[in-house]
Amino acid sequence: MNGPFDFTLALADDALIAAQRLAEWTTRAPEMEEDIALANIALDQLGAARLLLSYAGELEGAGRDEDALAYLRDDREFRNALVVELPNDDFAVTMAKLFFLAAYQLPLYTALAGCADERLAAIGAKARKESAYHLDHGALWVKRLGDGTEESHRRMQAAVDQVWPYTHELFAADPAAPVDPATVRPAFDEVVGPVLAEATLTQPDSAWAPAGGRAGVHTEHLAYLLAEMQVLHRAHPGAKW
Amino acid sequence: MSARSASPTIANGTGRASAQEAAASVVDPEIRVITIDELGILRAVEEDPASGRVTVTITPTYTGCPAMDVIRADIRRALTAAGHPDAEVRTVYSPPWSTDWISEGGRAKLAAAGIAPPAPVRTAGVVSLTLAVRCPQCSSPETEQVSRFGSTACKALWRCRSCSEPFDHLKAL
Repeated sequence: MNGPFDFTLALADDALIAAQRLAEWTTRAPEMEEDIALANIALDQLGAARLLLSYAGELEGAGRDEDALAYLRDDREFRNALVVELPNDDFAVTMAKLFFLAAYQLPLYTALAGCADERLAAIGAKARKESAYHLDHGALWVKRLGDGTEESHRRMQAAVDQVWPYTHELFAADPAAPVDPATVRPAFDEVVGPVLAEATLTQPDSAWAPAGGRAGVHTEHLAYLLAEMQVLHRAHPGAKW
Repeated sequence: MSARSASPTIANGTGRASAQEAAASVVDPEIRVITIDELGILRAVEEDPASGRVTVTITPTYTGCPAMDVIRADIRRALTAAGHPDAEVRTVYSPPWSTDWISEGGRAKLAAAGIAPPAPVRTAGVVSLTLAVRCPQCSSPETEQVSRFGSTACKALWRCRSCSEPFDHLKAL
């Protein structure tokens, strides 16, 4: 990455794609309360995404607004980390993704709140409060499932094992960025370690660290997600209701 | 909202005071018992001394609050009725909204409408765990959280163990 535009776009895309994935749970979560919770978290992510996309558009200076950036880019132009585009899969996988993403976004937004860029600082200060709530929620589920029944433990451990390798990409060093993501890794580890331990889960020790999202090289899952998210806007440009 | 903003005192007034009064009387579209002023999302009402043009500054409760478009439209309508048809509505995100900005009057109105008001936020940036939420129906502290998320982004769902009534609780933020 280089410069504030790429950095802002990467954060925006993390939030946007996470929102779209979470919204897929609407009407099909395991219980009513969780349905509402996931929709609410998706809404928070979408809110942050809109602020970040609008600002990215201004930084670029090419006349692209939030809608142009959200709906009129192809997968190779998206800069989100791979972890947010992974399918929802088992509910435990969704919770692992939610927990790890919040554990990354909270310290990142907190650091952003103190950065020199006033716009990013304002967005960070706002979004971190919401991320703190997401983190709480994700941690509760990781503990409930991990330290639950034999079956829920097995599936939560499998989910952590499956998602963990993808977390490394979030902390790829970018010294030129307003906040170098590598600097928030210690805060992430400090939160994640104790929660996994309390959940009687084992933190994976895998060296595999799939990446490429920040450079626009994604898994096959992103294109399908975008097709669904963008089809209406592309078929009916400027549609409103 | 329209009945209040179209009241004669406001409609006949001019200048910043009338604009302030009109903007402050706009009710939150999702929690219709409380005004945007009482909720603390109305941040400023300013008048350009030269042109007389009014600028209203608001801030969202949550980044994704879907009520913002309606609130902006309601403010413009109220200000038009108060004699400021060219008013501008600005949205700012800093400093971020906190439930500590809800006025005492606003808290009383929430409670009267069956929505338990938020406890003070203990530490900036950290979501506080609510110690005791009193039932807005019977005032019992014997309550429990049913869902950490509720019907709007700013609320959680609770239940009273004394009178069995479910109720909304505005989450401390």
